Amino acid sequence: MFNFQTSIGQVNFANPIFTASGCAGSGRELAQFFNLTELGAIVTKSIMLKARSGRATPRMAETPSGMLNSIGLQGPGIDLFLEKDIPWLREQGANIVVSIAGESVEDYAVLARKLRSVPGISALEVNISCPNVENRGQVFACHPTTARAAIEAVRRNIGGELPIIAKLTPDVTSIVDIATEVVSAGADALALINTVLGMVIDTNSMRPKLAGKTGGLSGPAIRPIAVRAIYQVREAMPNVNILGMGGVASGRDAFELILAGASAVSIGTATFGDPSAAMRIKRELQDELVSHGFDSLHEAIGYAHRSDGGLR
Amino acid sequence: MAVGDRMSTINKNAQQIAAEIISNKKVGAYHHIVFAVGDIASHVKPGNFVAISVGGENSSMVLRRAFAIYRTIDRGATGGALEIVVAPHGSGSTWLTAQMPGVKVDLIAPLGTSFGIPTEPVRALLVGGGYGSAPLFGLSEVLKNRGCRVDMVLGASTAMKIYAPLDGKRSVSSLTITTEDGSTGLTGKVTDVLAEIIETNQIDIIYSCGPMGMLEAINKVASELGIMHQCAVEEAMACGVGVCMTCVLPIKGSDGQIRMLRSCIDGPVVDGDSVIWEAKRTIPEGTWGTN
Repeated sequence: MFNFQTSIGQVNFANPIFTASGCAGSGRELAQFFNLTELGAIVTKSIMLKARSGRATPRMAETPSGMLNSIGLQGPGIDLFLEKDIPWLREQGANIVVSIAGESVEDYAVLARKLRSVPGISALEVNISCPNVENRGQVFACHPTTARAAIEAVRRNIGGELPIIAKLTPDVTSIVDIATEVVSAGADALALINTVLGMVIDTNSMRPKLAGKTGGLSGPAIRPIAVRAIYQVREAMPNVNILGMGGVASGRDAFELILAGASAVSIGTATFGDPSAAMRIKRELQDELVSHGFDSLHEAIGYAHRSDGGLR
Repeated sequence: MAVGDRMSTINKNAQQIAAEIISNKKVGAYHHIVFAVGDIASHVKPGNFVAISVGGENSSMVLRRAFAIYRTIDRGATGGALEIVVAPHGSGSTWLTAQMPGVKVDLIAPLGTSFGIPTEPVRALLVGGGYGSAPLFGLSEVLKNRGCRVDMVLGASTAMKIYAPLDGKRSVSSLTITTEDGSTGLTGKVTDVLAEIIETNQIDIIYSCGPMGMLEAINKVASELGIMHQCAVEEAMACGVGVCMTCVLPIKGSDGQIRMLRSCIDGPVVDGDSVIWEAKRTIPEGTWGTN
């Protein structure tokens, strides 16, 4: 019997296929296509303190093997989210990872306080790839000091039990430096990677295609960046669990991220093209692992780092 | 159809299937494509749309394409069938129009809201721009079966871009065609003829489908004359099923609050007066979540 179990921080999950934050709606939309309990966990859309309208349109541009998005974290705000979305997800029996995003260190602290006693949450993803309004809109995750401050604020306020997964941007000189900093600030695990900043210019209008001008690039186009970031961080911190993501569209792709060092894999943009992608990838990943001779997922995590040079 | 103040959900009948292309024919500037969809056909209402993945396996096109449903046939020679009219604009629609019968595509339908059908016989005017006329023919059938009088106005830049099949024409009491270059019908835009048709035929409600600029212009006429107007909006979508949040539009709910709503879930059919047309792709002041 193949063992598909994995763990992030101290929490166990039945399988390693998660959704990626911002790619699963409230969960209700995808529940039309598969049973949410079949996921290792559903990672909710990054939720902020207040309701957000998001950015103007166009918010999206398709790119070769990818897409650029500039949604602007449209969402209901933490209070409505806790009132409507969380109880619904709990009713479905889904494993829930709540993703939070703030505009200030204090936002992260308040969000953590609001979540600390909420039942039925497996882990907290802290999306620190957001502009810090107190620091000229600089992204928290781009500087060790602001990355640390955001994670410390969550750690102080969340209490001891809920694992913190810090979600990092690859748009930095050294992702290992940022990863080291947030782990020492209290992050239990890392989510790698967020989208890569990009731009598309419409050659008819001869202006940026997105209303927000720049956007986050996702999809298979960024997968090698994800594999590189996961591999580097795993090498530096082999004991820190990594939730890997970035252009995973097949079981083969998920396997690649696991070999690089991911303990679980989030499915993002692939869901836009195919709402049941996570289920297909889950089946394909198990086949992939079995056909390579693994008896458990655990054995494959970080397998690309082995020094013996042998094939399996 | 009041939107915004209720919990929006995906069309409960939506199913994802591998659907075989039964036929693919060029009609003017467009392609008329028929898919075998089984029992999905019986759940489709006029105004619903379909989301299709394009490019085949290992495609570099990662996003699903949305198409208005032209009509469905519950029981044909191959079971239920679903038909769309496609303009080969970009790489995705061009790929789809090149697919031959026998090819299977991944398809999700029915999606989105549908046109509200009055409970009593009314006088309806259906207005379509380009291939936006397609979903209006199915609507016309439904309205006629309810005892409604149906008049239709179709407009496009040129004759090749008017989609008006023969059997479709039979379902309407009158058909007026406008083209901007005058190559067929009257020279001008659909909005040039609306007021007169509305007055002559004592129209109670307008249903429209086409480019956003045209819908906005139709809504202006409908508003001024105090006539109900339902329109199927066209916004760029990445998923079609409510998860990507790219196809949003500022819409005023029955509670008076403006919200950025997904046109794939709360649309594509919306009340013309609920759309904040003048916002022109910005976030209007006072929209929920802007404070």
